[in-house]
Amino acid sequence: MLIRAQIGKVLNLDKCIGCHTCSVTCKNVWTSRQGVEYAWFNNVETKPGVGYPKKWENQKVWNGGWERKNNSNIQPKMGGKFRLLTKIFANPDLPEIDDYYEPFTFEYERLQKAPESKHVPTARAHSVITGKKIEKPEWGPNWEEILGGEFEKRREDSNFQDIQADIYGQFENTFMMYLPRLCEHCLNPTCVASCPSGAIYKREEDGIVLIDQDKCRGWRMCISGCPYKKIYFNWQSGKSEKCTFCYPRIEAGDPTVCSETCVGRIRYLGVMLYDADKIKDAASVKDEQDLYQAQCDIFLDPHDPEIIDQAKKDGVPDSWITAAQNSPVYKMAMEWKVALPLHPEYRTLPMVWYIPPLSPITNAAEKGQIEMDGVIPDVHKLRIPVKYLANLLTAGKEEPVVSALEKMIAMREYMREKNVEGFDNPELLKQVGLDEAMLTDMYRIMALANYEDRFVIPTNHREYSGATPFDNEIAFDTRSSCGFSFGNGCSGDVGKTSLFGTKTHKNTMSGKVPKTSKKSRLGKFGSCS
Amino acid sequence: MKADYLHQFFFVYYPYICLTVFVLGSALRYDRNQYTWKADSSQLLRRKGMRIGNNLFHIGIILLFFGHLVGLLTPRGVYHHFMDSGTKQMMAMVAGGIFGTLCFIGMTMLLVRRLFDPRIRATSKPSDIIILLVLYVQLTTGLITIPFSAQHMDGNSMIAMANWAQHIVTFRSGAADFIMGEAIIFKLHLVLGTTIFLLFPFTRLVHVFSGVAAPVKYIFRRGYQIVRKRA
Repeated sequence: MLIRAQIGKVLNLDKCIGCHTCSVTCKNVWTSRQGVEYAWFNNVETKPGVGYPKKWENQKVWNGGWERKNNSNIQPKMGGKFRLLTKIFANPDLPEIDDYYEPFTFEYERLQKAPESKHVPTARAHSVITGKKIEKPEWGPNWEEILGGEFEKRREDSNFQDIQADIYGQFENTFMMYLPRLCEHCLNPTCVASCPSGAIYKREEDGIVLIDQDKCRGWRMCISGCPYKKIYFNWQSGKSEKCTFCYPRIEAGDPTVCSETCVGRIRYLGVMLYDADKIKDAASVKDEQDLYQAQCDIFLDPHDPEIIDQAKKDGVPDSWITAAQNSPVYKMAMEWKVALPLHPEYRTLPMVWYIPPLSPITNAAEKGQIEMDGVIPDVHKLRIPVKYLANLLTAGKEEPVVSALEKMIAMREYMREKNVEGFDNPELLKQVGLDEAMLTDMYRIMALANYEDRFVIPTNHREYSGATPFDNEIAFDTRSSCGFSFGNGCSGDVGKTSLFGTKTHKNTMSGKVPKTSKKSRLGKFGSCS
Repeated sequence: MKADYLHQFFFVYYPYICLTVFVLGSALRYDRNQYTWKADSSQLLRRKGMRIGNNLFHIGIILLFFGHLVGLLTPRGVYHHFMDSGTKQMMAMVAGGIFGTLCFIGMTMLLVRRLFDPRIRATSKPSDIIILLVLYVQLTTGLITIPFSAQHMDGNSMIAMANWAQHIVTFRSGAADFIMGEAIIFKLHLVLGTTIFLLFPFTRLVHVFSGVAAPVKYIFRRGYQIVRKRA
């Protein structure tokens, strides 16, 4: 047994209102630079829909994630090491920028500077890559917002597998939900596995998966490897970039920007202890539908004295063990079983989990008697098909989704009866296997969701990086250094021009259309602007 | 006199300038500015033509490179155990012809894409265009040498150029004398070839080093995953 700790995350989809605050704050902090205008480390999609980039969930198209071979080993779906290297010159599994969208700005300047004319001046969309007019933007990080577009196209959503989808195109039966997406910081990441340079790595102390920007050579295999399509190729720097889980904040004990700014308070951060020796076996189980359970099985109980002893031996700091005991993520994933992994069938053992959303009882059921399963309404009568949620969260296995939804309904019903009608209903709790104390805890953390209950983040113990705690050399080594930077940001030799390649584009997020006239194009060769 | 001076310059001093810049420039870039060290793929911006063009170009140019490396630097005494100079020249011409043609088709596609695709053009650094043009001209001169070689199948011309290359890399004097009488097209090919070493550190060509190192490291990586301890 080798115990490692990771900061995991849970998103309570039942409370997501699709406001995109997470996406916007994330973009402002991390991807408002040239080369990654099109990249959203966090985006919110409306489901059902094919998403961003188009059809990211369809691994027949993109070959992301892992596949299990007959000899019960797993290898990246793009191919083993040799096969993968043959794709290095031209990667057949790489999305094109149009699968995301060509980044654009509107020609705002025209509105202010157009000469007097008969007609009102317009601000047309222009590509910030070429500076040329774009007839109309055709895709984006939330293109199917609130079921935008035709059902025929959204029907391509992979989660409709084994569902008679056609009836959900009818107005009466339509359903929707929001799915905020970010890097899963997987236990068995395919991006790491597919990087020939070894530039992507998982941090031992907190599980955050990062790309070493100096070591990345831009072979772009990780983009195909990641089944969630959460690695983006920076077309200006020629390197891949991804969600950093806001590690400078996490190290200081602060939540990620997306979590901090979530107005619906749907995001939770907490420590999970797991057995790193069992990762490979868990990711290799035969039946895809067993992957959810297999991942639960490698999480360890932070209250178990034996686990605590072993964790200390493996170098997990005391404060992290305490945090694991109070972790909202552990409670939701392991104790209450209301949070589920996103697409466990990719075999990456993702660490950002989701609480499935409740939805109204369908009209058909409402007209007659609501079908009750004991004292709880039958969750199969909810507007969002259970099978759809199961395809999203448990590789199609319905039981865990049903159980999670029932617990949430029971919690609502119980608290409603308690607060409005003034009596306790132990019947309800018994049916879903909860006790009063557990329910109170659930209610406090999931419904009230106070800041300190949502975010239980221990600070990074820098002092443990040396041979002994409080290793002076290490503590003083990083003191007054430049902190976060790209590549050579720390040294003084970063000017506007460089012998080793000057940027072709200035700030592409300024709202100004890049010039493309012949004159300026030629000027670029001379002045390197 | 003047011609003699130029000959000495281009075939004795210039190669050393180029090789020095190649070694020092690459080392400095790796050490000081690794963030700029990359393959600089533009496939994200335009997929079209990459599958055929880029594969043909790379396969062609890699085999041409190794052909030149082995062909020029293998001492005569070594290969004479297996074949005479005429056979070797024949082999070089056939292999060079085949891979040169593959490379030519691929590079033509890539060059058209780089110059005329608006997205690729707009994101091309001057060095991207310059190095592609230099390689294209170099490949073209290389292909043009084939009919010249065909006029004398005895291998003497080839031996002369191999001697030149071997004397350069082993720091022996008199390298330039071997190729005094060669056709101008061969000389052009040699000068442009050494120029590529000069430009190498300042272009995307540095990814060639990584293209050798990365696959080796990857194949020998234990398993697939990488976990870094805090430092």
